Amino acid sequence: MTTSSDFSPVKIYVPVGSLGVGIFPEEVEIALSRGPHAMAMDAGSTDSGAAYLAKGVSKNNRRAVKADLELLMAAQKKASIPILIGTSGQAGGDLNVNWTRDIVLEVAEELGYAPKIAVLYSEQSPQIVKKKLAEGKISNLPPLGDLTEETIDKCLHIVALMGPEPYFAALEAGADIIIGGRTSDPAVIGAFGLWKGAPPAACWHAGKVSECGGQSTSMTTGQRGVFIEIHEDGFDIEPLAPEAKATVHSISGHLLYENKDPWRLTEPGGVLDSTNSKYEQLTDTKVRVTGTRWEPKPYTMKLEGASGSLFQTIMIIGITDPNVLAEPQVFHDRMVSVLNARALSATDAEEGDFHISVRMYGWNGVNGVPPPPDTPRPREIGAMCVITAKSQEMASEIAKACNPYFFHMPIRDGLELPSYGLAFTPADIDRGPVYQFELNHVVSVDDPMELVRMEFVDVAAVRENVDA
Amino acid sequence: MPKVSEVCRQVRSKVAGPFWVTMDLMFDSQESYERYCQSPALSAENIGRIYDVDAAKVMHFPVPNLHVLKISYPRKMPQGGVEERDLHSGQQYTYIMDLELG
Repeated sequence: MTTSSDFSPVKIYVPVGSLGVGIFPEEVEIALSRGPHAMAMDAGSTDSGAAYLAKGVSKNNRRAVKADLELLMAAQKKASIPILIGTSGQAGGDLNVNWTRDIVLEVAEELGYAPKIAVLYSEQSPQIVKKKLAEGKISNLPPLGDLTEETIDKCLHIVALMGPEPYFAALEAGADIIIGGRTSDPAVIGAFGLWKGAPPAACWHAGKVSECGGQSTSMTTGQRGVFIEIHEDGFDIEPLAPEAKATVHSISGHLLYENKDPWRLTEPGGVLDSTNSKYEQLTDTKVRVTGTRWEPKPYTMKLEGASGSLFQTIMIIGITDPNVLAEPQVFHDRMVSVLNARALSATDAEEGDFHISVRMYGWNGVNGVPPPPDTPRPREIGAMCVITAKSQEMASEIAKACNPYFFHMPIRDGLELPSYGLAFTPADIDRGPVYQFELNHVVSVDDPMELVRMEFVDVAAVRENVDA
Repeated sequence: MPKVSEVCRQVRSKVAGPFWVTMDLMFDSQESYERYCQSPALSAENIGRIYDVDAAKVMHFPVPNLHVLKISYPRKMPQGGVEERDLHSGQQYTYIMDLELG
């Protein structure tokens, strides 16, 4: 790492809010003309749920991720500046990382060049997490309580959130492309500047503001890119789309987005404090940010774990029956009670083995709370029955037992047998596991690399293997 | 008394990690912000009651320069659970839009 005395401004191109969302080729050209030192972005987050960590799959489709990599790697080849990718494959588990690595190799082959590729893994075995727990190195974050071995065992995959240090190690080794596992978004974007000795507060704040690409600008979409320049007092940020603007309002407002606390962000090794940040409109399109503070703290990494130990089967009906529309809540309550009774009488499942919920879309499907009594009757209702059980077989068995009741239950006795609107046959859909995040804990480490494994991919060797 | 929807230019909600929800009430003017930011209708007790969470865990962050009141609260159930209905918590703000601010 260089020292701050010989520091000169660092320019980072953040092409997109998340790799695979769709980079605009014209923006890459504009960015390259401004002489960036690195390209950095994340490729995922926890927002879309635990499935991607649990299954080790990407949320974005392969062709779209490859299309973005084609643009960036062509730029890498042309400008000889590194590409840093955090949280590869949506969740940053080893499977997600390897999936991304293979696409990078494919693109390198197609572009006919051999970049130096570093891969950073931060997936943790249950044994390691248990060892850290036994050593008292793991503490909980609210609202969760203390971690138990049982919770660790429930997780299909566990990752530790990396800071920028593993990226320093890869850059130090001369990596052209860094494919990172789960990483703090601001860390991957701030990493190059931090490595060059730029002020930590500016690097982290710039990383935070540009983690969703152009979303912090007037474009308000993560599909656009931004250009950041980190200098000794702070950083400047500007969008790349010619019609877009960064404004004091858009940039300062972005710290609100998806953050519990808009002022203080806990990151590996410190807290980013924007309480006294100053925002200045430099040009029509560019904003300067100064005054942010970085408070170093003992180094911790956040743990994320995903489980999938329960299973669901769903059924959907459409209802325009006026008797039901007149009293949706009565219908809902009767249906839940009838289905529960049916599950107990017609299957081997016992109380506590399963859960049935009926979601009345068009009435109160989104939160399930009974609406006020004066709520107008809906025009139609889409009802989804969600059956959860300890195995897929049991959920499926219960759905089949409930099937005639869900599709034909009259709102009260004595009415003709109704048949609600079905779109599919068979009507019951096995949905698979219920993927949930289980961990909200941090682990203390002595060294930022302690829980990280760095590997280099020898492109030439991979090619020989493929050819052989 | 005006409703939240009448004094805010925008209100949004989103998950802040799998265990928290955060809402941003963007008031339409400095005057509205100053007048209603501390309304009892937006108190921890009331927000806790509406979202069925412990009031002691509801957090308020006034952001005067943006005329924004940020309210964060723990998710009643972790994201993606058995009874999940709003994975991004992106619809949760709608349940405070009709609150009357005193």
